[in-house]
Amino acid sequence: MKRLASAALAVMLAGLAVVLAWTVTRPVAPGRDVPALIAGSLDASGVSHPVTAVLLNFRGYDTLLELVVLLIALAGVRCLAPLPPPRGSAPVGGVLRELASLLLPVLVLVAVYLLWAGATRPGGAFQGGALLAAAGILALLAGRDRFLWRLEHLLWPLAGLGVAVFLAVAAGTLSAGGVLLGLPPAHAGTLILVIEGFALLSIAVTLVALFLGTGELEDREP
Amino acid sequence: MTGQALYAVLGCALFCLAFHALVVAAHPLRRLLAVNVMGSSVFLVLVAGAAPGDPLPQALVITGIVVAVAATALGLNLLLRLAVPADDDPADGQGGS
Repeated sequence: MKRLASAALAVMLAGLAVVLAWTVTRPVAPGRDVPALIAGSLDASGVSHPVTAVLLNFRGYDTLLELVVLLIALAGVRCLAPLPPPRGSAPVGGVLRELASLLLPVLVLVAVYLLWAGATRPGGAFQGGALLAAAGILALLAGRDRFLWRLEHLLWPLAGLGVAVFLAVAAGTLSAGGVLLGLPPAHAGTLILVIEGFALLSIAVTLVALFLGTGELEDREP
Repeated sequence: MTGQALYAVLGCALFCLAFHALVVAAHPLRRLLAVNVMGSSVFLVLVAGAAPGDPLPQALVITGIVVAVAATALGLNLLLRLAVPADDDPADGQGGS
């Protein structure tokens, strides 16, 4: 019976795969030429890289709500009862410690560079934030966790800063007579950099806190 | 078949493989990984199915990756919570090191 059920499942999924493959290889009905639309209004977006322009300007809602999703995930994790701390963790070796002290400044520098480069080439707040979070996690693993007590006190302000700044910009564009998140072309580049800078910090803090998980922040000695 | 269409078809196959794993696997970690692979296959289809150089799907996929990471982190923390036996719980959260 169980063998029959798994065979039926395999047949059904194979059929689904065939249908899906047929669907994605069919020619797309001609619609609006979105790449040309984006390329045409790139000059008004404040940045010269189309993906960054879409993320931070043309579809700003997506990015704003994405930051909110990160916050909600963090809230969900922090709502869980704290786990008992892991037992018997090995002491940090000298190689890891030295490697971390060499790598950490470089990682922070590259994260900021990625943020800056996002205006003209692939890069941006998410890539930079992920790298900065990786730097934070490397620091934790290498035993350099003195920044944790600061993170503990400022977790929610730091994690919410990106959304707050984004919302402030949105309210500003709305009250200045424009539309919500319709960045004025003259200041769009600066506004995008400001939004991305705070978003980078919030993303990095949120990812490190998600890595730490439930209640670890309080458990550690400063 | 062009290279792009091949990637889109591969994405569909990957989706169905991961869906199979989601149904068959018993361990929650395997299920979480299966959901992750399903998500990645959708990203693959989105990027491969787009016109070359279309920035819109790329931006959507970046958004999707971040959401997937957040959901995975929440899922992993829930899994860890499930894995700890109830009598091992610190009663009032004072289980500090």
